[in-house]
Amino acid sequence: MSVVRLRHNRVSLALHGLRAQPGPALLLLHALGARSPERVPAELAAWPGPIFALDFTGHGESTTPMGGGYTAEVLMADADAAVAELGRVTVLGHGLGAYVALMIAGGRPKLVAGAILCDGPGLTGGSPEPGAPDVSLPGPGALGIAPDPFALVELAQDVRPPDYACSFVRQARELSGLERPISVCAKERPPWLAALLAEPGVAASSLDAALALHARAAVSQ
Amino acid sequence: MVSFPGARRPDRSRRVDAHGVDLAVYEWGAPGAPPLLLAHGGFDFAGTFDGFAPLIADAGWRVVSWDHRGHGDSQHCALYAWHADVRDALAVMDSIGGAPMPIVGHSKGGGVCMQLTEARPERVSKFANLDGLPSPWPHPDVAEHERTKMLDSEIAGWLDWRRQTAGLTRKAGTPEELAARRGRMNPRLSPEWLRYLVSIGARRDRDGWRWKLDPSMRFGGFGPWRPNWALENLRHFPVPLLAILGLIEEEMGWGTTPDTIAPYLPPGARLHAFEDSGHFVHVEHPRRVADLVLDFLS
Repeated sequence: MSVVRLRHNRVSLALHGLRAQPGPALLLLHALGARSPERVPAELAAWPGPIFALDFTGHGESTTPMGGGYTAEVLMADADAAVAELGRVTVLGHGLGAYVALMIAGGRPKLVAGAILCDGPGLTGGSPEPGAPDVSLPGPGALGIAPDPFALVELAQDVRPPDYACSFVRQARELSGLERPISVCAKERPPWLAALLAEPGVAASSLDAALALHARAAVSQ
Repeated sequence: MVSFPGARRPDRSRRVDAHGVDLAVYEWGAPGAPPLLLAHGGFDFAGTFDGFAPLIADAGWRVVSWDHRGHGDSQHCALYAWHADVRDALAVMDSIGGAPMPIVGHSKGGGVCMQLTEARPERVSKFANLDGLPSPWPHPDVAEHERTKMLDSEIAGWLDWRRQTAGLTRKAGTPEELAARRGRMNPRLSPEWLRYLVSIGARRDRDGWRWKLDPSMRFGGFGPWRPNWALENLRHFPVPLLAILGLIEEEMGWGTTPDTIAPYLPPGARLHAFEDSGHFVHVEHPRRVADLVLDFLS
């Protein structure tokens, strides 16, 4: 396994190369509080190309900044740093990483060859609208470590309006050239994800079928 | 340092560790006077209160302000977010004491501290908002496909910017050039005031002067936040509220008008609209604003 360091503003991100081989590239985005796997997960072995995995800011081997300030949008820019390094990729995200995978698929529709959204911690996020006003304070524990306690509290509360999530689908659908840019393999269906499934260009799928479909789409373009 | 009529630097400065972020905190007035928290707006710094804060301090208040993360002499950070500014504001408040105190906030500082007040009403006695009330988000009337392309350019532009932020520095220049640059965003403020701000908000490097503001910060952006959420919360704002609006529209303003905000104001709120002022009401009319605030606090 190889590690490339990527710079995103003041954060050094760890991009792990899990498997090097010719073919379309797959980028894994981990769940909230998690980190990149050390080797290719068995369920992804059928992917016909190289596989990479990114540690988000404050997670795994990426650096943990002081004082928090996490948003899903800044994690999308983490993912974009990997896209800048790798070029065209298909993105597969678990939990929080699934939401970020959707965002980067819409944010870089010509560089992301579809997104596969899977279950995992951080899939729900906050509610579609903010709850009672609060000050997000981390639980007890040391700061400056990974996973960052600020990431855990802030990204579990980030508001995810369904129409906002759907705007990323529309961008991916209209600008990527892909017929079905988003595959939903997650069984959990928070409101933003349920809304996605009503959009053209999004379909529920088994993981095997999604991998096969996106691999074909990545190669055919 | 350049002088400006009525401007007075803080009497004291100190640092606050806000969960690992080093914040610069400033105070005007007697240390034993009742405290009042004063919050600046986005892309400003506490020194922009050098004209206004002394008027409050001289009326018997210990005025405490701070440079928000990434602004002025506070630490430049990897991450910036509204909720992080709220948390930082609470850390500054904690450094003053636990008793409830009034807050005066301008622009974004008003919005951030209103959210802090909604979350911790027991910590705040009264709130004065200086041209920082929310306004309904204007949705451009464009076709869906056009809107998609518009959002695409916004997000792509922001991502392109994020790719450049590592190692960015602000553009160096003479004090006059820095003042002129800021004047483009603050067109109603006098060249003398802008030149004064350079002398306290910029640093002198070997190749020229630079604003201290973190170069990775950028206007605009996008996200899930809807202004109407803040408007709905305003209806049941938990402490007495004074709001001052500057009605002359300009680049940094939020475009809030008495008509748009009136339906959302909580019972008993005082609203004053300055027809002869832009967004920086406390810079354009420090005495008028101070008198309204002091009357509200009395």
